[in-house]
Amino acid sequence: MTSFQAILEGDRLALSRLLTQVENDAPESRAALIELFPHTGRAHLIGVTGAPGTGKSSLVNQLALHYRKAKDKRVAVIAVDPTSPFSGGAVLGDRVRMRDLAGDPGVFIRSMATRGSLGGLAQSTANVARVFDAAGFDIVVIETVGAGQSEVDIARLAHTTLVVEAPGLGDDIQAIKAGILEIADILVVNKADRPGVEATEKALKSMLELAHPARRVFRHHGIEMETPLYQVESRHPLWIPPIQRTISIDGGGVPELVEAIERHASYLAQSGDRALRERARLEAELEGLIREELVERFRREISAARYEKVLEQILQRELSPGEAVKLLLNGRFK
Amino acid sequence: MTEKKIKVLVAKPGLDGHDRGAKVVARALRDAGMEVIYTGLRQTPEMIAEAALQEDVDVVGLSILSGAHMALTPRLMDLLKKNGQSNVQVFIGGIIPDEDVQRLKEMGVRGVYGPGASTEDIIRDVKMSVAG
Ligand SMILES: Nc1nc2c(ncn2[C@@H]2O[C@H](COP(=O)(O)OP(=O)(O)OP(=O)(O)O)[C@@H](O)[C@H]2O)c(=O)[nH]1
Ligand SMILES: [Mg+2]
Repeated sequence: MTSFQAILEGDRLALSRLLTQVENDAPESRAALIELFPHTGRAHLIGVTGAPGTGKSSLVNQLALHYRKAKDKRVAVIAVDPTSPFSGGAVLGDRVRMRDLAGDPGVFIRSMATRGSLGGLAQSTANVARVFDAAGFDIVVIETVGAGQSEVDIARLAHTTLVVEAPGLGDDIQAIKAGILEIADILVVNKADRPGVEATEKALKSMLELAHPARRVFRHHGIEMETPLYQVESRHPLWIPPIQRTISIDGGGVPELVEAIERHASYLAQSGDRALRERARLEAELEGLIREELVERFRREISAARYEKVLEQILQRELSPGEAVKLLLNGRFK
Repeated sequence: MTEKKIKVLVAKPGLDGHDRGAKVVARALRDAGMEVIYTGLRQTPEMIAEAALQEDVDVVGLSILSGAHMALTPRLMDLLKKNGQSNVQVFIGGIIPDEDVQRLKEMGVRGVYGPGASTEDIIRDVKMSVAG
């Protein structure tokens, strides 16, 4: 029996070992990923990002609890933390906040370090999510600390991206990072039990209004017309990220948040956005793999000595880099 | 292929209150290049074994100050075996009487460290245990 068949039959150790192989990009994992690919594309991937300490892990804990109890969904959690650039090691501490999920066979939590990757996800995070998807988890939640590029990575991978804010982190517009509106499908104000929720919410609202003016004016046969926001697109309304308040120490606001996630999921399905994103994602993956494969083939075919010699010629200005490429490839990869 | 990282679960079973020691060890192992999954306070053997399974770790490190090591450890060793993870190396740090150290080792515990142990020794032993 292959490991994938064992996983389909609920073998959690086999699942866990395959995740490790995928994470290490081990040769065995390549075959398994091919075998399980036809079974993917069913799970809903939820990205959870935001500044350190805003309560992401606590929120993931509550989300998973709600999906288990009220929705009867199987939930996988991928908690990503950065690798130390100095030692290559990492302390992965998100599980501390997820202890309510212990003992439930419908939940699987896996911590991951970013390893060599520059963004907030590891190179293999997408494939790890894919394994969970094929293994029959309905919901895959991916937590990552929001910092720079990482937010874009998570938004590209997830179907629904939650950006988590909390009161007291400096509630003016400048403090809330520019760019989050481009990636947030839902804005979460967590720690709503704390003073200052209104201020945080207000700051988010005014950012939203800047990005999505409430009314748009346009010209139609020379006549100025105004439309309410929800009719801007003729076929389907625009998605305006809702702001949801949550209290992750007791689960307050979490049912409403899950409703918002479900609304977003049906928006994605009806608008055709889900299919478009899927296409863009798979195409980017295909392109990346082609590039990798071509470079590998190139390295196999061209000897290091030859390569060095051509490089030397470029340095001596005997060849331009462009000519050198033609020479090295010798018409092979047209 | 990426280099295989040593994965360690650091857990604090039992009811005693603080996890300073566990955190010091967790950071030392990280600085030695390992990936350390930290699970926090008041973990039952069931929770530790489940986390070890989900994280597919090579090593479990327990910090036990409560004196409950003779109750908690056999239970954890049984659960690891039941889950097919008898390959996982178990280390214990805490205040453990000498006569118990021997019994813990007979149960399959790989190393036991008192409060004065150096993190270098722990790192060396963990690396060696995983190498074979
Ligand atoms: N008062 C209050 N505290 C909360 C709430 N949610 C989380 N916390 C606390 O905030 C702290 C950080 O919570 P985490 O869930 O670890 O936050 P995080 O965003 O995952 O943190 P990192 O992963 O380190 O970035 C903990 O002490 C939580 O108990 C909330 O809704 N209200
Ligand atoms: Mg966290």
